[in-house]
Amino acid sequence: MDLFAVAWPYWHQFFFIIFAATAVGFGFGVLLSKNVVRMAFYLVLSLGSTAGLFFLAGAEFVGAMQLMIYVGGTLVLLIFGVMLTAQKDFINMDTHTQDWILATIVGGSLLMVLLFAAFGAEDWNTPQDLTDAKVEATKEATPLGLALTGIRVDTLGETDDAVQGGKAGYLMPFIIVSVHLLVVLIGAAYMARTKKLSHATDDKSSRAKLMLFKMEHEAELLEEETYVVTHRGQSALNPLDPQDDEN
Amino acid sequence: MLLIGTVSVSWYLAVGAVLFVLGAVCMATKRNLLGVLMGVELVLNGANMNFIAFGSKVLRPQGSLGLDGQLIALFVIVLAAAEAAVALAIALNFYNNHNTVDVDRANELNG
Repeated sequence: MDLFAVAWPYWHQFFFIIFAATAVGFGFGVLLSKNVVRMAFYLVLSLGSTAGLFFLAGAEFVGAMQLMIYVGGTLVLLIFGVMLTAQKDFINMDTHTQDWILATIVGGSLLMVLLFAAFGAEDWNTPQDLTDAKVEATKEATPLGLALTGIRVDTLGETDDAVQGGKAGYLMPFIIVSVHLLVVLIGAAYMARTKKLSHATDDKSSRAKLMLFKMEHEAELLEEETYVVTHRGQSALNPLDPQDDEN
Repeated sequence: MLLIGTVSVSWYLAVGAVLFVLGAVCMATKRNLLGVLMGVELVLNGANMNFIAFGSKVLRPQGSLGLDGQLIALFVIVLAAAEAAVALAIALNFYNNHNTVDVDRANELNG
């Protein structure tokens, strides 16, 4: 801990460069790697460095959520997908050359536009004096949780009424997201189930049920058959059948 | 310049832009279905970086989005997790039915 207590004024820049370089570098690794297993690993490192950048910007709770949900949940899911589909032919898949050329042109121009926009606005580019900026240990989880339930405690000191009114809680999106997660859970489990097995058991069980039904009702069926035969015989033999009279 | 000067919001936006473009190119060029999904994750992270940078009180003492940026970033993370679950279910279904994860072979709906 003594190392970080040194009054070197460039800690923020130092860690920003490290995290940004690893995030972007491993992002390139994801793009350029042909092996899907390595791509997954590079993605883990890239997202982890992004979480570091979140910490650096003062969003500790979101950084922790990024590590827990993304790196701990989504990436494990992706790696399971890789493992379940990793066969010889699909581990290394080349991209067509014309795709590379087109994607480089389009991506490069998009990057130019975005960088121009990012550095274009003067308000965003005014350097803040971070040399004595102490990142105070603010308790962010409580205001975030209260905002999710519809109460904003962080804008109570806001003097501008318009700003305070504009910063409403997030109860409705929170409920929508919860229902959405439930639907996604059910839908994903429904879609990813193994169909062949379930069809086979369905067939087997229905056949078994039919056989059981036949065995149980064999006696009744026999009775019915004999009744039909005898009745038909009677009606054919009997000339005084009421149906014949009507004709 | 960066080491002598200070980090502003623009630098965070630049990192987010690079991640976004890398993800978009990844989505466009990868032939493996799971590679396309990883591209989507990168794109969402690049977008999240913008929300965090604009919501940061350290980087923007005045005019910061405050907690709103972090809240929206949280929603993006949660929805990305849901999206990954559904997309993986679709990918596994595709793999079970067609015995491949090559998106170029998913052309049954060609007009």
